[in-house]
Amino acid sequence: MSKRTRSNPLGIKLDRRAFLKGAALGLAGTALPLNKADASFWEAFFQKHFREMNETEIKKVIERLEKEYGQKYKKEIEVGNEKAIPGVLFGYGLDLSRCIGCRRCVYACVKENNQSRDPQIHWISVLRFKKGEKWIDLENSERYYNPAQVPEPGYFYMPVQCQQCENPPCVRACPTQATWKEPDGIVVIDYNWCIGCRYCMAACPYGARHFNWAEPNVPQEELNPETHYLGNRPRYRGTVEKCTFCIQRTRNGKYPACVEICPVGARKFGNLLDPNSEIRYAIEHKRVFRLKEDLNTYPKFYYFFAYGL
Amino acid sequence: MAHIVRIVKNFFIALRQVTIGNKKYYCWLAFLSFFILMGVSAYIDQLNRGLITTAMRDQVSWGLYISNFTFLVGVAAAAVLLIIPAYLYNFKPIKEIALFGEMLAITAITMCILFIMVDLGQPTRVWHILPAIGAMNFPASLLAWDVLVLNGYLAINLIIVFYVLYRLSLGKEYKMSVVWPLIILSIPMAVSIHTVTAFLYNGLSARPFWNASILAPRFLASAFCSGPALMLILFQIIRKLSEVEIENRAIFKIAELIAYAMGINLFLLGAEVFKEFYSGSIHSEPIKYLYFGLHGKAKFVPWMWTATLFNITAFLLFLFPKTRENFVTLNIGCALIIMGIYVEKGMGLIIPGFVPDTLGEIYEYTPTMSEIIITMGVWAAGAMLYTLLLKFAVPVYTGRLRFELKKEKSEIRSEDVTAGSEV
Repeated sequence: MSKRTRSNPLGIKLDRRAFLKGAALGLAGTALPLNKADASFWEAFFQKHFREMNETEIKKVIERLEKEYGQKYKKEIEVGNEKAIPGVLFGYGLDLSRCIGCRRCVYACVKENNQSRDPQIHWISVLRFKKGEKWIDLENSERYYNPAQVPEPGYFYMPVQCQQCENPPCVRACPTQATWKEPDGIVVIDYNWCIGCRYCMAACPYGARHFNWAEPNVPQEELNPETHYLGNRPRYRGTVEKCTFCIQRTRNGKYPACVEICPVGARKFGNLLDPNSEIRYAIEHKRVFRLKEDLNTYPKFYYFFAYGL
Repeated sequence: MAHIVRIVKNFFIALRQVTIGNKKYYCWLAFLSFFILMGVSAYIDQLNRGLITTAMRDQVSWGLYISNFTFLVGVAAAAVLLIIPAYLYNFKPIKEIALFGEMLAITAITMCILFIMVDLGQPTRVWHILPAIGAMNFPASLLAWDVLVLNGYLAINLIIVFYVLYRLSLGKEYKMSVVWPLIILSIPMAVSIHTVTAFLYNGLSARPFWNASILAPRFLASAFCSGPALMLILFQIIRKLSEVEIENRAIFKIAELIAYAMGINLFLLGAEVFKEFYSGSIHSEPIKYLYFGLHGKAKFVPWMWTATLFNITAFLLFLFPKTRENFVTLNIGCALIIMGIYVEKGMGLIIPGFVPDTLGEIYEYTPTMSEIIITMGVWAAGAMLYTLLLKFAVPVYTGRLRFELKKEKSEIRSEDVTAGSEV
């Protein structure tokens, strides 16, 4: 047989991968409930991996999402797609000698990033430790402390959130490449590609990944309409989500919401590649450590003690 | 072409075979269907409301489903314990029944896949994990490896079983030249499905309880106890309810192999316990939680001690030829092993990986009714699959079902055919 037999009258070239994809999806499609067969369901079903889409495809997907979210929340929602800025590697600093355990960061984060209110999802956990006790193993911490006033005498606090590891175990674990590290160091998730196996949660040493066990519920009036595809856009039931250093803010030159709200200035943020950034100042001048350094995850989240010997 | 038509026709003859049985057979199928339907309805509820219907939470993100998956991977891998003596050492009594072991492997892998499916938050997106059409994270993700080896092992067993049955149904001997390479391949595959599943947990430095190099050997040792123990019980049922002859010698030989495997399993457990408790580092928290409780939380303690006691008792029962070759004590031993390993390998392995969690919190996980019903549904589906496989395989195996001879076909349909009906 000559090679010409492979051409077809329409002259459409079909590579093996596209063919297999179509065939398998077609077969899979027949097994799905037909009453959901509105166009957007199928478009969502066939949506490609975010990193495999070209600009036009991304634009189309974002338009569809904005329409869907608009219908659901009855207000205009913008889904951004700002790329990482070249020459920027985000780093975060947290001054443990200042943190008073007020958890304003937790709730600012919930508000900014449209986390589900019921059931509650918090991207930041603030751990409380007794002073003088063995603390670095986190074993003796309390997550659900409830004092009348903070700070409480005899205690200190350590907020933990995604450490944006340089060598993230969650990315290695994910079987579908639904989570990855962006060039500016932020570990993101494509909520439309995650299958909800939760292997990344087993792999994360910092408890930073959170699963939508039920339909996420954000009141319409509280929904933050300024979103990013890889960040705070409304999420789905059955997928994993996490802190993205407020990708929708920081890629536009703003501070993360938790940095902005912190009443005692315990939180610092900046570009690790810029020698004049405040995060570089903290790393160079303070006594800095990173959480669970022995695991070789190389977090870009630096804890430090600014004062006191 | 005519050949293909004949194969299709034969397939339907075979299919009809599974619908014919006596009253007991239908009752058994109805009994299983009840649990399957219960499971399906609970699963539909889970689909509608999300995994909130389970007791899993961010602290313990895997639970009963993945525990069962892990246990069943072991059952599937255990078919190899029949294959090795049967084909490598040419031990005749086992060779004749290896087929039923392979069918159990097919069933167990199917159940594993079902357990993974019910555990997914977004089951309709499962194609994302497949190579070529999805974006399989190979070789980085151990879950991707697991998908490959589990499906590979399933395929090998399906090919062997259906090739052998096909040849037998035509009244011909199967060709060793076809089966032999597959058998040889299935041995490392069986080891690898279990090793890869162990590595799935083992590779996570975030979870010190799993991050021990002894984990994969422990997995294999416990698999070679639980799978064969399940088989011994099934073999006794098969030979009671059908004309398949299974020699006592085969059963006792398998029991002897279980004794070795359990001995190794207990030794490895001892090695783990020594390392954790003698060194007394922070990494021993999960095992402390399991066997003694932690910060006053001790839900698993009675379970773990019972499981350990079961395993030791079963080991002693299988160690001595006198109790091993007595069917009362043999069956008691099998039941103890199945329960003991189910607890040890299921919640005794998956849950403590998450307790205390990576930030030191202790969340005590107890499966919800919904989780239990779905789990029972999957088990019922597995029992149904194995029953139907047997219903077809047994008459072929014993020579009662032959595709060519029309006369015999009508004989099969008479009511005396109950072969392999109750399992």
